[in-house]
Amino acid sequence: MNFKLKDIGPQLMTVIAVVLVFGFFTYNAQVNMESRGIDFGYGFLSQESSFDVQFSLIEYDGSHSYFRAYLVGLLNTILVSVIGIIFATILGVIVGIARLSPNYLINQFAAFYVEFFRNIPLLLQIFFWYFAALRALPLPQDAEAMFGISYLTIKGLYVPAFIWQNFNIFFYSIVAAIIAIIVIRHRARKLQETQGKQTPVLFISIGLIFILPLLSFLIGGVKLSFEIPVLKQLATTSFIYEGGVSLPPELIALALSLSLYTATFIAECVRAGIQGIGKGQKEAAASIGLTPNQVLKLVVMPQALRIIIPPTTNQYLNLTKNSSLAAAIAYPDLVLVFAGTALMQTGKAIEIVSITMFTYLSLSISISIFMNWYNNKIAIQEK
Amino acid sequence: MSKINFLKPDKSNLYTFLYLGSFLFFLSVLDVFLNSFFSLNITGFLPDFLSFLLPLMIGFVGLYFIRIELSGIKQLDLLNKHINTNNFNAVLSLLIIFVILKSTPPILSWFFIDASFAGDSKDVCTGTGACWTYIKVWMRRFMYGMYPNGEQWRINLSFIALALLGSVGYFATDRFKKYLTLYYVVIYPFIAFLFIFFFISGGPVFFDFSYGIIAAILSIIIGFFIPSKFKFYYFLIVPFALYILLKYFIFYEELIELGKLDGLNWVETGAWGGLSLTFIISFFCLIFCFPIGMAFALGRRSGFPLIRYISIGFIEFWRGVPLITVLFMSAVMFPMFLPADFFIDKLVRCIIAISLFEAAYVAEVIRGGLQALPRGQYEAAKSLGMGYWRMHIFVILPQALKLVIPGIANTFLALVKDTPLIFVVGLLEIVGMLNLAKTNPEWLGFAMEGYVFAAIIFWIICYAMSKYSYNLEQKYKTDR
Repeated sequence: MNFKLKDIGPQLMTVIAVVLVFGFFTYNAQVNMESRGIDFGYGFLSQESSFDVQFSLIEYDGSHSYFRAYLVGLLNTILVSVIGIIFATILGVIVGIARLSPNYLINQFAAFYVEFFRNIPLLLQIFFWYFAALRALPLPQDAEAMFGISYLTIKGLYVPAFIWQNFNIFFYSIVAAIIAIIVIRHRARKLQETQGKQTPVLFISIGLIFILPLLSFLIGGVKLSFEIPVLKQLATTSFIYEGGVSLPPELIALALSLSLYTATFIAECVRAGIQGIGKGQKEAAASIGLTPNQVLKLVVMPQALRIIIPPTTNQYLNLTKNSSLAAAIAYPDLVLVFAGTALMQTGKAIEIVSITMFTYLSLSISISIFMNWYNNKIAIQEK
Repeated sequence: MSKINFLKPDKSNLYTFLYLGSFLFFLSVLDVFLNSFFSLNITGFLPDFLSFLLPLMIGFVGLYFIRIELSGIKQLDLLNKHINTNNFNAVLSLLIIFVILKSTPPILSWFFIDASFAGDSKDVCTGTGACWTYIKVWMRRFMYGMYPNGEQWRINLSFIALALLGSVGYFATDRFKKYLTLYYVVIYPFIAFLFIFFFISGGPVFFDFSYGIIAAILSIIIGFFIPSKFKFYYFLIVPFALYILLKYFIFYEELIELGKLDGLNWVETGAWGGLSLTFIISFFCLIFCFPIGMAFALGRRSGFPLIRYISIGFIEFWRGVPLITVLFMSAVMFPMFLPADFFIDKLVRCIIAISLFEAAYVAEVIRGGLQALPRGQYEAAKSLGMGYWRMHIFVILPQALKLVIPGIANTFLALVKDTPLIFVVGLLEIVGMLNLAKTNPEWLGFAMEGYVFAAIIFWIICYAMSKYSYNLEQKYKTDR
């Protein structure tokens, strides 16, 4: 080993500079906290929080701890991100394909959608849906039923709730179906590779995923009923729906604007992916006798996915991070509940902001690690 | 004339099918048109669901009849190729035509016909359309925030002057072209800073920040004359040293006096707002995030492991957190990390936070460009005896930056679209001002107009930027 001063010098200087800056910050933080009489520590997480959250997926009220409040916020963030990701993907793929349609009207319509929604700040879109569009909805007592069972009102969307009996059996049946499909796919691939026989995997899979849960209804004793929301009068002019599941307008506005906004970016990823496949690939596939469906399934999509997935993952990450804009319309997500209300009450700025940032950081890093793994798996194995 | 098979339109009966099909198609469009523009329901005598679906069915049959391949009529072939390739496309085309026809009258009437433009009070807004009077009355607030009415010429004048100075590049003759980079990277930002410091603020805005800017610019200018061997150490040490020197030898009071021009009042940053604040923040963040991002992109590609890890840590940290938490940090956590007497204006804190945040994205974009360059470029430059800085400044970066123009433009677009988030620290640019105006008791109920107005402004800015970046990309596209 021969260390060169030339190599060590710059690195040492950089490290010293970074250490000095951080040392300066920590020193100041200590001095400031001492002078204000704040002590540093995460003990407050187990204390009683004594504030309420209007929408929560787990049982929560003021008597629970700050840690529970953190969980409530985190779950709400995850909820809106998952809803947003699902809808953004569906819409994005449709629009992305529509942009490549030979139909002039359709591709112009799709292009208009993309150019329109991606050039307006997301926060403005959220405000628009929440303060302008959703405020125009009817009051609960004036709302008309959609399909007779759900109500879209100014106070939110009310949909029927599922009431399950023996839900676990139903759940196991779906798990069993998925495992069976994986095994069958694996075997079908082996059969194809060794003997060249093709198995109709798709039909078998669809059949399994319907038949097994159906069996659980017929012989497993699973029962499903609906609880339909019913209008109830609280006072002379105040009405509310009881029963069923209610989604607050904040959630609807946020999920709507997140998916409309992110879908434009996903659409561009999809378009770039499909356009990135050379015409020769399609022609070559067609010339060896594959049907158009097979060309799409076996030649175009596997290659296009390689181009589509990395940027789309980035968009999913962006959506998750953008969901923090929820704080602007008082949807109780991680930022509002924890970095907002809890911070105001405890005054533990450093601890709470660092926990919040660390949470987002680990969410992003875990999604990107998973996607990198998936991407490596489907990447071209170059020699 | 051969026998007509209505299930199979063919060329032999071209004109029969053409007249019949286009008649049916126009009938369906006419029905929807009359329905939406004149609210006439010519199929009203039919049952509801039939009356609703009839135009679609008639139009579909019409399009089916005129779908004749290679008819020899140019317009018909074009129509078939573009909107009428098969049944599925025909239905979609019809639906889109109907949606456009149906949505035009309400939008038109809301925007123009029923809208009120005149007057300057809420009383004129009685119609069902938009109340543009609201925008007219609040225009100054949306553009300048709480900046005093009598002083707003200062913002206008500065922006016009800066726009003129910024357009110098278009008029530069070839002789001066080589100095343009220097001008845009060093001199122009400095002039812009002086304008904002002396003119828009007219008083002590930037405090410590201004020392920082002066230190940075001085050290960049001197840096050109430092031998390449010492450049790294120079840039690591001298800016900080200059900063500390300035801070302890020029005092606040002197700086405040320095910042005052005769006859100009001091306008606090808290009063700045509206669209002009959007521009100021975007402008500064754009200027700062670019060099920082470039430094970290080079750091991430550096051969020194420690510098590489520090750069990776920096980039991944900022990319992993949402901007809103970064602004939270700058608002509530950052003051704890500074000495008690160390005051930084909240606008400046915002600019620092957004710049660092966007710098991480810029770094990743530039890294993409650096990676895309073939190794031969590095090797060729090295074999000519160029050092690290020379190689990067004259060979690598000019090529890499050309490659990443679209990516950089997207990052800057994201930056402009992120500026409304500064509401977190209590600064109100145009979206924030809208939310404030919306709660004014005299002007309740005009949220829609405000948001539509802001959306149009942002859309124009962002769309123009993306088109401009596309032009740049085409201009600098060099075949390799």
